[in-house]
Amino acid sequence: MDFGFTIAAYAVAAVLFILSLGGLSGQESAKRAVWYGIAGMAIAVVATMVGPGQGLWGASIVLIALGAAVGYQLATRVQMTQMPELVAIMHSLVGLAAVFVGFNADIMINAVAGIYEANSLVLGAVGPDGYTAIGLPKEINDGLSSFGQLIAKKSNVEINILKIELVLGIWIGAVTFTGSVIAYGKLAGKVDTSAKQLPGGHLLNAGAALGSVLLAALYLGDAGSWTLVLLTLLALFIGYHLIMGIGGADMPVVVSMLNSYSGWAAAAIGFSLGNDLLIVVGALVGSSGAILSYIMCKAMNRSFISVILGGFGGASGPAMEVEGEQVAIDADGVATALNEADSVIIIPGYGMAVAQAQQSVSELVRKLRAKGKTVRFAIHPVAGRLPGHMNVLLAEAKVPYDIVMEMDEINDDFPDTDVAIVIGSNDIVNPAAQEDPNSPIAGMPVLECWKAKQVFVSKRGQGTGYSGIENPLFYKENTRMFYGDAKASLDTLLPKID
Amino acid sequence: MKIGTPKETATGENRVAMTPDSALQLQKLGHDCVIEAGAGAAAGFSDQLYKDAGVEVVKTGAALFKAADIVAKVRPPSETEVKRLREGQTLISFFYPGSNEKLMGLAADKGATVIAMDMVPRISRAQKMDALSSMANIAGYRAVIEAGNNFGRFFTGQVTAAGKVPPAKVLVVGAGVAGLAAIGTATSLGAITYAFDVRPEVAEQVESMGAEFVFLDFEEEQQDGAATGGYAAVSSPEFAAAQLAKFRELAPEMDIVITTALIPNREAPELWTEDMVKAMKPGSVIVDLAAERGGNCKLTVMDEKIVTDNGVTIIGYTDFPSRMAAQSSTLYATNIRHMMTDLTPEKDGVVNHNMEDDVIRGATIAHAKEVTFPPPPPKVQAIAAQKKEPVKEKTPEEIRAEEVAAFKAQTKNQVILLGVGALLVLSVGLVAPASFMQHFIVFVLSVFIGFQVIWNVAHSLHTPLMAVTNAISSIIILGALIQIGSSSALITILAAAGVFMASVNIFGGFLVTRRMLAMFQKS
Repeated sequence: MDFGFTIAAYAVAAVLFILSLGGLSGQESAKRAVWYGIAGMAIAVVATMVGPGQGLWGASIVLIALGAAVGYQLATRVQMTQMPELVAIMHSLVGLAAVFVGFNADIMINAVAGIYEANSLVLGAVGPDGYTAIGLPKEINDGLSSFGQLIAKKSNVEINILKIELVLGIWIGAVTFTGSVIAYGKLAGKVDTSAKQLPGGHLLNAGAALGSVLLAALYLGDAGSWTLVLLTLLALFIGYHLIMGIGGADMPVVVSMLNSYSGWAAAAIGFSLGNDLLIVVGALVGSSGAILSYIMCKAMNRSFISVILGGFGGASGPAMEVEGEQVAIDADGVATALNEADSVIIIPGYGMAVAQAQQSVSELVRKLRAKGKTVRFAIHPVAGRLPGHMNVLLAEAKVPYDIVMEMDEINDDFPDTDVAIVIGSNDIVNPAAQEDPNSPIAGMPVLECWKAKQVFVSKRGQGTGYSGIENPLFYKENTRMFYGDAKASLDTLLPKID
Repeated sequence: MKIGTPKETATGENRVAMTPDSALQLQKLGHDCVIEAGAGAAAGFSDQLYKDAGVEVVKTGAALFKAADIVAKVRPPSETEVKRLREGQTLISFFYPGSNEKLMGLAADKGATVIAMDMVPRISRAQKMDALSSMANIAGYRAVIEAGNNFGRFFTGQVTAAGKVPPAKVLVVGAGVAGLAAIGTATSLGAITYAFDVRPEVAEQVESMGAEFVFLDFEEEQQDGAATGGYAAVSSPEFAAAQLAKFRELAPEMDIVITTALIPNREAPELWTEDMVKAMKPGSVIVDLAAERGGNCKLTVMDEKIVTDNGVTIIGYTDFPSRMAAQSSTLYATNIRHMMTDLTPEKDGVVNHNMEDDVIRGATIAHAKEVTFPPPPPKVQAIAAQKKEPVKEKTPEEIRAEEVAAFKAQTKNQVILLGVGALLVLSVGLVAPASFMQHFIVFVLSVFIGFQVIWNVAHSLHTPLMAVTNAISSIIILGALIQIGSSSALITILAAAGVFMASVNIFGGFLVTRRMLAMFQKS
């Protein structure tokens, strides 16, 4: 790693990565930003391959090519509605890779210690100054791989720090791995989305975490690699159990949290390998995920802790009784109202993604706009199952992004709006958040669509939303329920708009 | 409990308090239903329809009062009917307790509970059982239809080959429920509609229905409508004079006048005087919805239609809802059904007459051998309070002070965070060796840059952000690449797996991001 060229290339790559994240501040600059990221990654990989100590060139290239083929297939085949699943499953790969790299480091330490022993020396022994390691005789040292050399010249304290780092890397990586797999399962509907825990609940998690700490201490005390294996198993269990215990509605937070973890894992591994680029990128990704989680939590008015602890807590009192009836309406009624309206706001939610209705929504918007009506979208920060999920879906359906508004931009405009259409969202338009202090979602910022003159709710049936909370919006006097699959409903509606 | 509905005894009353539909709903609450034979006939509901809905049909009114635990009817009961009540029985109907004290006392002596549908408090929660509103709505609609029936022209203006037709001009006095319904009906028929009300705060509602509000040039401190339960209060003589002057000015232009002005527990105020009637064009129509209380026009004859000497028709019917018996029965039966829903909170067919409940307490006028009228004022204040004082505009000094305070708080936060952060870093530095600290400083700076950069990312780009960070977190491939050349076979295999997985991620992540970003288009 003492090769100047590699370090210089890493510096360039790091700058490119920062630019690529910074470029995401706007839609146009973002298109350029991706190329920065790609260039940075290419520079980093090439510099590492031509750098010192790299062997097995051919194998590496073949493996990368294989990975590229699989990645290409995944990326081009995936439906935009399945984006959350894809992101989740990709996090699991990073996590697993981190575990492997971490284990390799441990194996290498043992190998180097073996070489020391064979030369009747002790790994980590320090010289007369008290902190510089004595190291191996030069000819043996040169025979080691670059990573081996890195370890070989470490002092006792440094070896211990290395071990802490790789324990951290492996632990976070393992939690990320199983956590992401479960998150994928929940998002793809392969695992039950409700919050489920084994008996013992968070005590089990706490126990496993405590066990991990004990095993880590044992490992540092030279108890051997079995402690590391056991620790990995515990971490895998924590990842599984933690995410199983989190309800589907909290998935945006979970996905961004796992995103953050995969970054921290990379950073920890970077420390143990002494690789600055890994540290830089890991830290960037880690902080990005952490900020996203924070934004999501804030949007749901929940603390991070309560999301992690899973499920919605019990209400502090009896929830307000919902009065009135849900009044249904058919496509003709909706069409009449839309034909007469001047301003329309559409509030999409996960239901739109499930029904694949974004194209029909886009068509509806095009027709309405052609008639000179003001049509806008109101996007709640946690709509969908992934931060920004709705924006991506609407963009796919060619909805111009300058009519897609954030909650804060548009919430004050509802009283002046003729028609608000809620398509497949529920909790994010629940007035109970503002009106009922005992509601589990009390205080969560919501889109105040009930202030519009008329509200249509496209919804499959009378059931409650993801979080299982009754929604008084559906009972309001100016609300009409447009039952049916979102796509089918919109398709019957479209010909009636003239 | 058994809920029964007798045939209405008042002459000309076509409505019925239970429909086959409402009976089905009542049965869902756990009640049984019984009806007197022929009770629904005038409203278009045959006995067979009731039987199909699972309602027992009994022959006479007397038998019905015997069979039912709860008697629901429309009109206030006659003396005979009150005498039929027994202890523990409940009667639900219009009652007008203010002018029916004798019957109320009699019912209380009998030990029966009486719920007066006209006494349901006008609070939001009780709207679903507000029978006065649902009946007034029908009356307003029907008033326009009756007016049209007696008016010789179109409502809407038309230009036809056979000549030009001017639109009808309609004035609605009193914008309560009936008034608003009348406005809506008249405008949708195409008439030019004006409306007046003593409460200026309803101007907005009037305009929302498509009518023009007639303002007076008169300044007066208005009473809050909410204090009187949403009804108008008596106005001052000066105000009344200004109002009449305005009407006098409008009278010659108006084709149809619909008056709906009522003040609770009083004679209807005279708003349309004889000279105004004289000033109107022949063929004009006046519909006086206040006829029952003496009428807003003194020429009105209750329950009759008259034509004045100058050809103005004055309609004084009081039975508009009854003239649309099918519609009004449906709505009234639904009001009753909602009342029963509140009375049977457990939906188990057991009535819980909760006198603590504002709505039930307000509507109950006799209970447990006592007259409980008038009710105490409701705990929850009524509808549409007058607009509150507008929020005070902040002075520039105040805004400045707030900014300074916010800035100070921000500075404080930042300094605390920095202090804590610095302490943490320092304490790490105390124990860690220098080689670690070199990397550590890189780490700290990167986290810092990350925080600075990510806050600026657009909300809508969060998904691409996740995909990009996911792609670049596969930078872990470097670690695997460094290790793959190792001499140990195990290390090589694990590292190879790492390289493969990370490269899947790199390509997948970047490609997906490109795909997503390419979709964002400006309109």
